[in-house]
Formats: sequence, C-alpha cells, structure tokens
Amino acid sequence: MSTEGTTNVPEEGPTALERFINGVLPENPIYRQLLGMCPTLAVTNAMKPAVTMAAATAFVLICSNIMVSLLRRLLKPHLRILVFTLTIATFVTIADRFLAAYVYEMSKQLGPYVPLIIVNCLIISRAEICASKQGLGVAISDGVGMSLGFGLGLATIATVREVLGSGTWFGLHVMPASWPNWGIMALPPGAFITLGLLLAVAEWATEKRASTALWRTVRMLWSWRH
Amino acid sequence: MTQPTPGKGGYIGQAWLVILLALLYGGGLAGVENALSGKIKANKRAETYSVIPDLVPGSDPDKTDEIMVRGENAKEGLVYRTRRTDGSHVGWVLPAAGQGFADRIELLIGLDSGVTTVRGMYVLNQRETPGLGDYITRADFQDLFRDKPADRPLAVVKTDPAADNEIRALSGATISSESVAAIVNRALANFREPLRALAVERSPGNARPDEAVE
Repeated sequence: MSTEGTTNVPEEGPTALERFINGVLPENPIYRQLLGMCPTLAVTNAMKPAVTMAAATAFVLICSNIMVSLLRRLLKPHLRILVFTLTIATFVTIADRFLAAYVYEMSKQLGPYVPLIIVNCLIISRAEICASKQGLGVAISDGVGMSLGFGLGLATIATVREVLGSGTWFGLHVMPASWPNWGIMALPPGAFITLGLLLAVAEWATEKRASTALWRTVRMLWSWRH
Repeated sequence: MTQPTPGKGGYIGQAWLVILLALLYGGGLAGVENALSGKIKANKRAETYSVIPDLVPGSDPDKTDEIMVRGENAKEGLVYRTRRTDGSHVGWVLPAAGQGFADRIELLIGLDSGVTTVRGMYVLNQRETPGLGDYITRADFQDLFRDKPADRPLAVVKTDPAADNEIRALSGATISSESVAAIVNRALANFREPLRALAVERSPGNARPDEAVE
C-alpha cells in the first residue's frame, strides 16, 4: 500500500477487458465523452491527417498511461497533475519530432495540432481516472481501448467529410466523376455539421439499444410472472 | 499573511519525483533531438531547394551553392547563392528566423543578386494561431513581399499600402504579420552589405573561371 503522503491507490476498478471495451464504444472519447474536440474538428477534413493525429494521440496516451501507472505509488496528491503534465508533454514532444523527421509533409499540415495534444483532456483524464489508480496491464488496456475509440471517432468524421467534401477517401477517388464536391464539408462548418449529425446518430443508437434492452427486460419479467 | 510551509520532508522531499522526472525526461528528449535533428534538417533543406525557383525566379536548384556568410552581427549564417542553368548568379535565398505570436517562425527570403529587391518570401516553419496567424503560410500573404525594396525596412500597415515598402497586415493576425516583417527586416539589416560585397567579388572580372556571372 502507499506510503504516508502519497496517493492512496485502492487497486480496484474495472478489469483490463472492461477498460478496453469501454474505451472503444460505451465510453467513446468523442461520441460519449465529447473529449478532444479541438483535433476532432480541426484535422478531420481528410483521412490521412485524421489517422496521423489518431496514431500520435495513441502513442502519447498509451505511453503516459504506462508511466503514470508505474509511478502511481509514488505520486503525491497535490503534485500528481504536475507529474501527469510533465509526462504527457514529454511524449507529445517525442511524437512531434518523430513526425517532423519521418512524415514531414503531414507534420507541416497538422501544424500546431500535434503540440496541442498536450492539452487534450482525454489523456490527462485517463491518467487521473485509470492509470494513477490501477496496474500496468489495466492502464495499457485502457490506453489502447481509448486510443481505438478516439481513432474510430476521428476516422468516421473524416470519412464523411472527405467523401462528401472531396469525393475521395485516403486521397483515392470513390465518388463518381459527376459528384459535385460539397466544399463546405472540407471547411470548418463541415466539421461542426458532421460532428453534430454523427453525435445524434450515436445518441439515437444508444437510446435504441437501451429501449430494446428495457423492452426485453419487461417481456422477461412478464413471462416469469405468467 | 502566513507563508506556505513546505510540509514533511521539505521542498525536496515533496518534489523529488518531479525533479527526478524532469531530469530523466529532459535527458530523453535531448537524446531524441540528437537522433532526429539531422533528418529534420534534411527535410527542411529539401523543402528549401523545392521553393528556390519560386523565391528567385530563373534559378536552377541544381546550380545552387550553400555558403556561410558572416553577418553584421559577426555571426555566420547559411545563405543559398542561386544561379541560372548557365551558371550565372541570379540571386540569394536567405534563411531567417524569429519569434512570432505563438512560437518561432522560420522564413526563406529570396533576393536579387544585388540585394536591392525582395524576390519572394516563404514560411518554412510556424506554429501561429490556427485560422488566424497561420494564414502567413498562404500564398496571397507571401506574395505581398514579392518585389518589395530590400534597402529599406518593410512596414506593416492595416490599410491599403501607400508606399512601396508597406505590407498590409492579415486581418486578425497583426502580430504574426508584424513578426514576419520584423524577421525579414532584421535578416536584411544583418546580411545586406555582406551579400552585396560577395556579389561584387563575383562580378564580371572577378568571377571564378568555372562560372559565368550575370
């Protein structure tokens, strides 16, 4: 257990599998938690920048979860946010330099949005909610699940915007030549419109699933009674 | 008013983990920078060569020389000496950098051989505010510097330019616009005379046997 003055680590919480599954859909960072809205709106005009951003965020999230989980017994409550920020900033800088070295054009295209991963609430929230309280395996599972969920969110929005706005997907033409590109979808208003519509779809699907489950429960209770 | 107390173990006892992590992360980042900086520089160099024909019209990138020039501030800086396909000197590309609104801005300044006119300007690297300051990368802003005088400081104005050394600021990004103009002005003040002296050295009669001169 923890020493005096350090964070009390109960080591309780969801299992690694639950953390992984929750991150992908039930607690999807974009559609359920509305986190990381800055990159969600800014870099989803095409698939390539969206996937690059998702990969960079995944690297930072998984690495910071690993470090915070390893350090969790040494964290002091009043200094933990400082340690989280220091850790996240380090991995963001590594990701930024790596992109500038090996994906130079994409690094230029993403511009300040890679350094801005530092202020992505998703990463610090996972450090606080999961990594600082649970073991390494759970923290990695959580990081991978949340990264997949974040990537899924970015990819769905980018797919809608690139296909409708440019008639392409990953730069390949997928719409007929007669398709009049909806230029607005590649512009900032297109990001808000697409996010709003897809959020509505996600909410509708969740409510439908919940109402279906409720209806099944009622029928099951009814059948037991009779 | 009471002073906050450091708590049990003193300040070092409280913050030892933060200090240790800062040292470890700092060392790690230094290693990453050391490993990747060569590759990043090579990327920027390749981009520079790709825009040389636009910065100094008539230049052949394959005929460009990289020379170290001592500026007025006694520091040496890399300058690209651009030539036509026939080898004649056509101008210079001067890399320059300085503080912008958000972060460091890196520019390439295209100049004629006598350093009297700015032939072009290109933003090589910037981290200005998305949607406002980052419009300095747009061609329409960069084109504002084309054919401006290189012997007088450029001035940023918020109205239509009245003089040939004036640049209209980007709407909503005056500080970024002024930063770019200030970087250009500083670079020209530092390298104008040394480059002119070099151009005279390479003028007809002083040319190397293997090169033609404008």
